[in-house]
Amino acid sequence: MSILVDQNTKVIVQGITGSEGRFHTEKMIEYGTKVVGGVTPGKGGQTVFDRPVFDTVEQAVAETGADASVIFVPPFGAAESIMEAAAAGIRLTACITEGIPVLDMVKAWHFIKDKGTTLIGPNCPGIISPGKTKLGIMPAPIHREGNVGVVSRSGTLTYEVVDQLTRAGLGQSSCIGIGGDPIVGLHFIDVLKLFKEDDQTEAVVLIGEIGGRAEEDAAAYIQAEFKKPVFAFIAGRTAPPGRRMGHAGAIISGKSGTASDKIAALRAAKINVVETLGALGETVRQNI
Amino acid sequence: MKIHECQAKELFRRFDIPVPEGLEAGSVDEAREAARKLSVGRIVVKAQIHAGGRGKGGGVKVVEGADAAAAAAEGMLGKPLITHQTGPEGQIVRRLLVEAASPIKQEIYVGLTVDRALGRPVLMVSPSGGMDIEEVADKTPELIFKEAVDPRFGLLPFQGRNLARKLGFGPALQRSAITIFSNVYKLFLALDASLVEINPLVITQDDQLLALDAKINFDDNALYRHKDIKELEDPFEVDPLELEASKFGLNYIRLDGNIGAMVNGAGLAMATMDLIKQAGAEPANFLDVGGGANAETIGQGFRIILSDERVKAILINIFGGILRLDVLAKGVVEAANTVKVEVPIIVRLEGTNVEEGRRILAGSGLTFEVAKDLKEAADKVAALVRN
Repeated sequence: MSILVDQNTKVIVQGITGSEGRFHTEKMIEYGTKVVGGVTPGKGGQTVFDRPVFDTVEQAVAETGADASVIFVPPFGAAESIMEAAAAGIRLTACITEGIPVLDMVKAWHFIKDKGTTLIGPNCPGIISPGKTKLGIMPAPIHREGNVGVVSRSGTLTYEVVDQLTRAGLGQSSCIGIGGDPIVGLHFIDVLKLFKEDDQTEAVVLIGEIGGRAEEDAAAYIQAEFKKPVFAFIAGRTAPPGRRMGHAGAIISGKSGTASDKIAALRAAKINVVETLGALGETVRQNI
Repeated sequence: MKIHECQAKELFRRFDIPVPEGLEAGSVDEAREAARKLSVGRIVVKAQIHAGGRGKGGGVKVVEGADAAAAAAEGMLGKPLITHQTGPEGQIVRRLLVEAASPIKQEIYVGLTVDRALGRPVLMVSPSGGMDIEEVADKTPELIFKEAVDPRFGLLPFQGRNLARKLGFGPALQRSAITIFSNVYKLFLALDASLVEINPLVITQDDQLLALDAKINFDDNALYRHKDIKELEDPFEVDPLELEASKFGLNYIRLDGNIGAMVNGAGLAMATMDLIKQAGAEPANFLDVGGGANAETIGQGFRIILSDERVKAILINIFGGILRLDVLAKGVVEAANTVKVEVPIIVRLEGTNVEEGRRILAGSGLTFEVAKDLKEAADKVAALVRN
C-alpha cells in the first residue's frame, strides 16, 4: 500500500494550460500518473497532451471520474480553486501554488472542512508514492519504491533527503510535502496517522523547520501513539528571530518557533534527531 | 511588511479605533510646531522605527511644552536608537510622532493574528498590557484571554463581551471595548493584516479607551491587492540588498557573516545556513532563488551576493527539481561575465540536468570548486574564509 494515492488515482490538473501546469502535467504523465484531464476556466474544449480541458471542476469530474486534483493556479485564484475542487467532490487535492494570501486560505480551509476533501499544501511539492504515481512537482528520478515514509514542510529539502535515502539503498513508501504556509491542509499528525496504518511504511523521516508548533505537536503524538521508528531533521537553527525565511510560515516570533525548542521536544519523545543534514540517509540506514 | 506606529495610527483613525491626538515630525522645528498645535501641554515624543522596545532604548520621551518637545526631538533625530530588536548598531531615527500625553488608569493588551493550528483569526486580550506579551504568555498564561473567530460569521458581539468581562470592564467600558475589538477585526480583514497589536490600549483618567501604541504587520502575499498599503513601506527600514532582491522575486535576508550563499528553496536554504555555521563559518545572507527561477533571476541573485563587500567566499547549493541545472549554470555564467568575480566559489549541484549544468560551468572560464555533497561544500567554503 501507500498513503492517499496509488496507481489507480485519477487526477485532473487545475491550471493545466499555464506554463507550470503544462510542464508538470507532462512530467506526471511520463511517471505514469493517471492524468485524465484538466481545468482552466474559458479554455474548455482544448486538449493538453491529449487530455481534455474543462471550464469547471464539476464538469471534469462528471466526464472523467477524477477523484484527485493538482492545483497550479496563480496565487490570486488558488484558494478558490481549492474550494471548487472540494465542492465538486474531489477526494484529494494537492495545491502547489506559492504565495496565496493567508486570509484566502483561512476561508478555503473552512470551506473544505466538512466536505470530506483532503488538502495537501498549499506551497508544497505535492505527494509521490514511488513506483505508483505522483501528484506534484518533485523530480521523479531520485525516488525509489520502498518502506520509508517521508513528510516535510519543505520542497527542495525533501528532495535532498529523499536523494540521500535512495543512495543509502532505502526506498520510500510515500513522500508528502505538507507545505510551508501558516495555513495548510494536512499537518504532520494527519500524515503520521496515515503512515501508522500503512503496511508498506516501516519508518518515517520527518523534516521540520522553524515557526509554529507543528513539530512539537508531532512529537507529542509520536510519543503517545506512533510505534514505528521516526527520524527528524529541523532546518533553521541559525535563523534570526523576527525574519521570515522564505516560507510564510518560517518565522521565529519572540520565544516560540525556534529550532532548539523543536529539537528538544522531539528528543524528549525519544525521536532520533539528526543534526547534520548530510548524515540523514546514513543514519536512517544504520538504525533500521 | 511592517509600517510605523504613526502610519498604523492613521489606519486606526480610518477604522474608528480611538488614538491620541498627534502629528508626525521629521525635523526639530516640525516637532516644536507639532507640540504647539496639540491641545495639551504634556507631550510624548516617540521615535518611529520598526523595532520594538523603543521606550527602554530611550526612544519615547514625555515632556512639558513645545521647547522641551523640540529638545527631545533633537536628542533622537538622526541618531541610532538601539533596542533589543535592532541589533547592536541600532536603527537611525528619521521621523517622530509628537502626541498629546494621556493620563493612564490601566494598560490592556489587544492582539489579533491567525492561529495556524485553528486555521482562524484569534483575538487575544490581557490585563497585563504594556509588557512584552510573550513574557506574559510564558509566566502568567492565565492572564491571556482568547476568542477564535469563525471567518464565516466574523467576530460576534458576544465574543467581545466575553473578553471585556474577563478584563473586568464595567458596562460603559464594555461597550467601547466591543466596538474597538470589532473595528480591529474589520481592519485586519479589510487590509489583509497578519498582525494587529495594541499594546497598550489604555483606560484614561476620564474612563475612555485609547490606543497608545499601534502595530500592524501585513501579509506580503496579499500586498498585490493593497497598493495604498504597499506605498507605506519605508525604504530606510529595509536593507538595500533585500529591497533589490525583492524586485526580482528573490528572497534575500542579510545576515552577519562573510559567506555568500545561493540556494533554491527556503528549507534547503535554511539548512545550508545551518551547515555553514556547523562548519565553523558564518553566512552573510539567506538567499532563496525559488523553484521557478530562470537564468535572469539566478544572475540577479548572484550579482546581489557579489555586490556585498563583506562576502569572502560563495557557496552555491542547488537541488534541481523544477529548476534545471543548465538554466542555473547559464545564469551564473552570464552574471559573472558582467561583474568581476574576485572571491572563490564552491558549487554543489544535484538533480535535473546536472551533467549539462556542470559542463556549462566547467567551460565558462570561471574558477570554482565542485563539492560532491553538502557537507564537503560547507567544509570547503568554511576553510576558504579561515585562511
